[in-house]
Parts: sequence; structure tokens; C-alpha cells
Amino acid sequence: MKESISLTWRRIPERYKMIGTRCTTCNSNFFPPRSVCSKCRRKGKIEPFEFSGNGKIYSFTEIHAAPAGFENQIPYVMAIVELDEGTRCTGQIVDATLKDLKIGDRVEGTFRKLLSDDPEGPIHYGFKFRLKK
Amino acid sequence: MAGIVGYGAYVPKYRIKSETIAEVWGEDPNRIQKGLGIMEKSVPAIDEDSATLSVESARIAMERAQIAPDELGAVYVGSESHPYAVKPTATMVSQALGATPNLTAADLEFACKAGTAAMQICMGMVDSNMIKYGLAIGADTAQGRPGDALEYSAAAGAAAYIIGKDDQSLAIIEDTFSYTTDTPDFWRRTKADYPSHGGRFTGEPAYFKHVQGAFNGLMEKMDEKIDNYDYFIFHQPNAKFPKAVAKKLGVPKEKIELGMIVPIIGNTYSGNTPLSLANVLDKAKPGEKIFVTSFGSGAGSDAFSIKVTDKIEEKRKKGYPLSHFIENKEYVTYAIYAKLRKKYKGM
Amino acid sequence: MRKVALVGVGMTKFGENWDKSFRGMVTEAGIKAIQDAKITGDEISAGYVGTMASGSLVGQEHAGALISDYMGLNPIPITRVEGACASGSLALRQGVMAVASGLHDVVVVGGVEKMTDLDVAAVSQILGGAGDQEWELFMGITFPGLYAMMARRHMHEYGTTEEMLASVAVKNHANGVYNKYAQFQREITMEQALNAKMVADPLKILDCSPITDGAAAVVLAPLDSASSYSDKPVEILASEQASGTLALHDRENLTSIKAAKIAGELAYKKAGIGPKDIDVAEVHDCFTIAEIIATEDLGFFKPGEGGPAALEGKTKIGGEIAINTSGGLKATGHPVGATGVKQACEVTWQLRGEREETQVKDVEYALTHNVGGSGATAVVHLYQRGY
Repeated sequence: MKESISLTWRRIPERYKMIGTRCTTCNSNFFPPRSVCSKCRRKGKIEPFEFSGNGKIYSFTEIHAAPAGFENQIPYVMAIVELDEGTRCTGQIVDATLKDLKIGDRVEGTFRKLLSDDPEGPIHYGFKFRLKK
Repeated sequence: MAGIVGYGAYVPKYRIKSETIAEVWGEDPNRIQKGLGIMEKSVPAIDEDSATLSVESARIAMERAQIAPDELGAVYVGSESHPYAVKPTATMVSQALGATPNLTAADLEFACKAGTAAMQICMGMVDSNMIKYGLAIGADTAQGRPGDALEYSAAAGAAAYIIGKDDQSLAIIEDTFSYTTDTPDFWRRTKADYPSHGGRFTGEPAYFKHVQGAFNGLMEKMDEKIDNYDYFIFHQPNAKFPKAVAKKLGVPKEKIELGMIVPIIGNTYSGNTPLSLANVLDKAKPGEKIFVTSFGSGAGSDAFSIKVTDKIEEKRKKGYPLSHFIENKEYVTYAIYAKLRKKYKGM
Repeated sequence: MRKVALVGVGMTKFGENWDKSFRGMVTEAGIKAIQDAKITGDEISAGYVGTMASGSLVGQEHAGALISDYMGLNPIPITRVEGACASGSLALRQGVMAVASGLHDVVVVGGVEKMTDLDVAAVSQILGGAGDQEWELFMGITFPGLYAMMARRHMHEYGTTEEMLASVAVKNHANGVYNKYAQFQREITMEQALNAKMVADPLKILDCSPITDGAAAVVLAPLDSASSYSDKPVEILASEQASGTLALHDRENLTSIKAAKIAGELAYKKAGIGPKDIDVAEVHDCFTIAEIIATEDLGFFKPGEGGPAALEGKTKIGGEIAINTSGGLKATGHPVGATGVKQACEVTWQLRGEREETQVKDVEYALTHNVGGSGATAVVHLYQRGY
């Protein structure tokens, strides 16, 4: 998979630091960021909000058939993580295999390479998660 | 005077035992372990590189420093395994910390001592009031040629130091002294996958000469003596050299023990001396003094005289100690090691 | 609004159609549907086609124009619609709306996907585009991975087992044996399903629908004139569509697809019937867990009871409700854009009583359920005999 450098560049705040958004009208937090509050719609007031990266595993799977660009990583564990600040996102659980995990396990954010399949292309970095020990 | 306002250290989870590597090449594991003194080394995950290791260690350093990211005026990353040949690791680290855009950033390379070189640059900038705080990182995912002696030691890890004014420091850097010559003991040409080295030549004319040069130079400059220090850290390309140089210099064996982490994580190159210092800072008491001497092939040594302050106790609680990462480990086979290090053709 | 009827259906063989092209398949299915409708073609005044990713899979955008041209239908308007794996049902819904509104009388609806011209990793990546490209796919998730996470939650919350999942595949393969259009006309055993290669834990290769080439088409006409085109027209009682969050992680829960539940409820309300009235349902079993969730969302079984129901054979032909008599996406294959239209073909044959070994007795009401992505788009149609 090739991602354009401009897309990666636009997403740096979110991917590096988990900058999402927050609706100050209803106190909902969004990650990935949303510019329209899905509850308050036009009445919502949206501002940037930084997530801690801490959360717990809501569901998970181990990928054995990878999409293009991820072939070298199999098997790897993906999860939907319930963030402490109150929303969910999808990310890889690093340094773990399926047998290490169960629903509800605490995780913390980490910074890893997301994709670097093109030896002459850019390296895409961003957040992943690891079990909190 | 400048000091250490925050520090952080990180080592990847995976390890390979020396005996596992020895088995592949038909070597006697006892001879390797005795000869190099390295029992196992850290191996980065497939999605880790010097930039990610730098960020991991720097985030811990920032927690300890308790400063706002935009107070960082400089970020220097020392490594011999920067992810890009051209494009600074320091920019990615700065961005990941939220320190951009009002700062200066650059990458350094000086074999195993680029991390301590970064610390010296930050000290100078803080002392001259160019910046309030500077971040110095030593990070590497070192590669040894398969079957070479370096394969038993080349490891991955990073340590980060936030340098600021002494009144906020958990440890004051009292002085520093460097010793540098052109010595071709170890190198890697631009397009080469693995470094080359001079075998026994890496010892006397390289490591020992420069380490002793910097050590003696700083002792003389400060008019200090060994007895006044509680801990000594010498760069550890293996476990043998630092012990030998300590003996030559008359440093008691027990004073180098706490800093000796290479036997269990390997040589993390630019991360080597900075990681050892982190391990000592994790345990040191206020008022204790640490004498640090790094070494980088090519060649040079940086010596530092460091005094721990009473801020250490409170600050070190704010982040994971190095032992957290050293103890959380998983051994891999040589086949998995080769996969993680992308040694298979076509990866 | 006028009542709308299906007056002709047709489809290609689903499978690895190495010798057939995108345009060749959609033309074949279209001609079959037109012939089935006993019309010359001149009566058709508009067309809609569903294809999820013709641009990525075969490099061909502008599918409507291609089809109009190659089916000899120029200059009538043919419009392409896209809603990931629900593209076919979306096209059907456009056709229903066009006829119901009186804008057009006879409309042809097609669904098509040509998937085997690319390697599996590339196809997997393209299908990933049905989810959130930036926040799911780029993080390394795959579609089997998304449904695997739904399965794990279903197991966690309701005690659903891998055997229950596998029983869906075993049943659908058993039905597929008799479907001459199916990619896999062969049975599989529970043991084979449980020991198949892992794709995204806990989903194994036999929990997954395959990569398939194929096309399907239907002809729609106003119900009141349907008898002039077909001896056995099928009335479309309801055509309802609902949307949910694009990314799976934004759903309130992972054990139900809310959009499908809403589309189903709207459809039942529109038709004035309920789940108990349905005799045959073609549901979107892109993965085995998806069929279990579908049977719960559509009210055939209570939440958490879909798994045991499948294991106990309640969804077999002759059970409480016949689910996926065609073999479903699992055995018939899943050419994504074609699937929704193929489902309409299958229930038409069931309502006409034209299935042989897999014919369900006395079919009065039928349902199709087509889902796009991990549930961001869902379309439910209800049908009854129109003769």
C-alpha cells in the first residue's frame, strides 16, 4: 500500500500525538478527530484534544493474511482500543501475540513505524499500543 | 552550569542469546560469553527504528523533566542507524514530542558516542543562554554482519537527556572533556549494509587510548580524583574492555558494576553510555558523583563529571526505570531474529 | 408511489472466471435478465449498476457508460452507484425508486465485480477501502480482521463458539451444491471448517467468503403492468437503506450492525409484516459471524441466539427459516457489486418455485439483506409473489 506523502503529513498530529477533537457542548471526545459533533451537529463546539494513548482492549484479532505492505509483519495483533478519554480507535498491539491478550487488558500508547514497505519511499510513523505491565 | 533536567531510557522487548547465535556459526557459546562477556542482546521489533526508540526514551525524559514541549530549544539525535540517509530523525522526534516548530534540530553521527556529543552541544547552548532546554538522544538499532563478532553485541536501545540549568537539574554536569583523533578502527561506507572493523586494532590504539585520554584529561582539568566518585561508566563495546580500562586507571571494580548493562542488553552503540548512565541515575542517591566516559570509533571519547542532586528522588518516579524494559523480555530464535532484522532476501 | 415488481432475473456463473471480462459478465447477466423478462429491450428506459471498485480492480471507471454501450442500450441513461459490498442492492433500490416514482417504467439493474485480475494482497487492500482507509486499513486491519473482532465480541458477550461459526459455512456449502451458479458446488465438513487455515483469529479461511468474479441483473417494471412481462412477477414490498459509522471502532457495540437492524425494521414496517412471516432470506454472510449477526438483527433470533440456532440447524432448508438457500456469499461467491442483485435473483426463483433441491415450500415472503463494509451501509428488501 502506498500512501501519499501529503496525506501522511496532514495526519502527523493525530498519528504522532493522538490529537483528536472534543465537543465542548456535550463533552464528547473524538479520535480520530471529527469537525462536526455527531451528537450536537451544528450546535457543537469543536476544539483539539490530546489523548493519552491509555485504554483497554475492547476486541482484538491476529492477522494472518496481510494487506499489501504488511506482509513482513504477519502474524500481528490488531485491536479496537477503548481509550480512557472515552472513544475507541483501531490500532496494532505490539510486542504481543494472541495468547497474551484478553478483552479488558490495559494498554498504553507507543510510537512505531506504521508502514515502510517502499525502500525508496517515505517511512510512515504513528501510534500503536502495547500491554501495560 | 548545565545539568540533567529529565532522562529516559528504552530497550526493545526482544532478546537473542549469544548461545543462539553461536549455534548458527558453530562457535563455542562458552568461549563467546567468556570472551565478550555478552550473554544476550536486545533486538528491535520489525516496526522499530532509531526514530521510534528515540521517541520512547524522550517521552519518559519529558515526563521526568515536567516541562512543556515548546520549551525545548534544541533536539539532537545521535545514531549510526538513522532511518533515512537524508531526512533528520530529530525532526520526527521533535514533532512526536510536540516541540515543533520553534526549535533547532539535527542528527549526529559519531559511531557509539553521538549521544554524548549531543549532550555536550546542548550543554553549550544552555550555558550560553541560546536555549532554555535541549534534548540529547543516543539511539541505535545496530547491525552486525552475520557471523562476525559484532553480531553477538550489536543491539538496539535509546536514552534521552533533557539538558537545562543546574538549579532545576536532577544531576549537575560539572564539566566535560573530549579526546579526538582520526583512527580507522571501525567504519561503515555509505552503501554498505554492515560495518567493518579493525579486529584487535579496535583495542589499544582506539578504545583504550581515547577513553584514557578523555578520562585523564577531565580528571586533570577538574583536579579531581577517583576516590571522590561513587560510580564510573565506561563505554561498553563488550564487557571486557570497560573492566580492563577500569583496572588500568585504578578504578575499583565495584564502582563500575551498576553501569555495566552490556552483558544483558548488548552494545546499543549511540545508546550505550547514555543507557548506562540512565541505569545509574535510576539508583543513585542525592550528592553522589558519577564519572562517565564514552567512546566512539573513528575515534573519540567524551568524559563527564556528574553530581546527583536531591531532585532525583521525585523526578525518577515519574517514568519507567530502565529495568522495566530490561526485565520485560522475550527470547527469539535466530530465524525470528533474521526476520525482525530483515535479513532475508526480498524483505 | 407505484408498486414495483421484478419481471426478469439473470446471472453469470460466479467463480474465478479467468476467461470472462468485466464488460462480458455484466452484458451476459443483463441479456439473461432481459430474456427472462420476455422483453425486446426497447422497453427499457433507464439502468442502474452497482460495482464497488471497478476502477481499482480492472482500471475501469464510468461503468454505466460502458454497460449502456456494450449492451446496446444507448442512449438510455445508466448510472453507476457505489456502497461497497452493498453496491448491488443500492442499484436495485435506485431502480425501485425510479419505477415507483413514475419517472421510468421498465428499468434494468445490474451488479458486477471482476476481482481475479489482481493478486490477493492487492484485492484485500482494495476491499479494505470499504472501511476507513486512514484509521482502520492504514493501521493494518483487514476486512476479515474487522469481522473477527465482531466475532470475538460476540463470543465474549454471548458465548458464541467457533463451531457455531463453522456451522454457518457447512450449511451454506451444503446449499451451494445445488446452485449451478455457485463458485463452490461442494460440501465441507465441520472438521474441515474448524481446521482451516487461520485468516484473522478466530476466522479461518472457511469462515470467509471468497474472491469472486460475477454479475447479476434484474428487470423492474410497475406491478400493474408486470404481467405483460412475466408470468410470475415478484413484488418488491419494501426497499430500505440505512447508514452507520464508517469505522467499526465507532459503533456502540460490535455484536449487531445497527444500520442493518434499522433497515430491517423500516422494511418490516413498510410491508406490514414481521420476521416471523419471512420464509426465505438471503443475508450478507461475507463471514460466518456476519450471518449469525444478520439473523439476530433481522429479528429471526434474539441477540445471542443466532449462533446456537445455526448450530442446531434452525437456518437450514426445512428449519425455522431458510437462510441463504443459494449458498450465500460463502458458497456462491462474493463478487462484491454483484452480490445484492444476486440475492434478488435467488429470492425471485424461490418465490416463483423454480428452485429444485433447494426449493423452500410455499414461500410467501422473502427478504434480502446486503451490507456494505463492516456495516456502514445496509439495505434490506422484502418481496412477495406478484401473481
